[in-house]
Amino acid sequence: MTEEGRTGPPSGEWGVVDCEESIHSLYHYLDGELTEERRRELQTHLDHCGPCVAKYEFETELRRVIADRCKDHVPDELRRRVANAIDHERLKSQS
Amino acid sequence: MADRERFVDDAMEHMPSLYTAAMRMTRNSSDAEDLVQETYLKAFRAYDGFEEGTNLKAWLYRILTNTFINTYRAKKRRPEADVEDVEDLYLYHRLVGYGGSNLGRSAEDEVLSRFTDEAVKTAIESLPESFRMTVLLADVEGFSYKEIAGIMDVPVGTVMSRLHRGRGALQKALHDFGLERGLVEAKPL
Repeated sequence: MTEEGRTGPPSGEWGVVDCEESIHSLYHYLDGELTEERRRELQTHLDHCGPCVAKYEFETELRRVIADRCKDHVPDELRRRVANAIDHERLKSQS
Repeated sequence: MADRERFVDDAMEHMPSLYTAAMRMTRNSSDAEDLVQETYLKAFRAYDGFEEGTNLKAWLYRILTNTFINTYRAKKRRPEADVEDVEDLYLYHRLVGYGGSNLGRSAEDEVLSRFTDEAVKTAIESLPESFRMTVLLADVEGFSYKEIAGIMDVPVGTVMSRLHRGRGALQKALHDFGLERGLVEAKPL
């Protein structure tokens, strides 16, 4: 991409990133795995593209729902079992 | 070299996330408890070799993953299943539509809130093991691609491809479960 190409919206899209690329990079963006430059380019596209923002927000919310709803409460008994097993192991290693 | 006396203080706080991963991987509480206990014992024995200042949580996950593979995966000899490739934005297209959003933000969030704990857990547990672990590490625990590669001992490219395909399969599994239980409606595509 030339410097000239960066100044105008290619094929009617905003910035150097079009919608197809924006969706392709969606997960790398949410994962925090893009370079700073690429992240800024994508941000420029998102600042002007409602349909892409809606998809990004949907995927962000989906990830939050997945993370929140798959947790399990640690049984107290397990905490005790692990603490006891480590105590036992410690005594063994000291003797 | 790490001090074993500090092990309990430092390592115990990670038990809720390790237990959640163990539950999703073994799919039953009895095996999950054994897996977590075994992970902590191995970690305690190896703690002298843990380099302080590096990522303790990732180190514990690496032990958990290896213990799971060696102890639980060995029980079944079948080769691991693959996942079906699904289109990007599978769930968005089916819950919101191809034409983009005319629901508005709060209505979209409302659709997602219909997925219960049981729906999410069942969908994750339906994924083949290597995809399931990769998705858990990224989407639930927030590890970076590089950290996941270290935990699972695979190249970063493998992490990325498993994530891409695993997330697609997870969206499809969620949608299938939602339709089956009447949590969401089938929309004409």
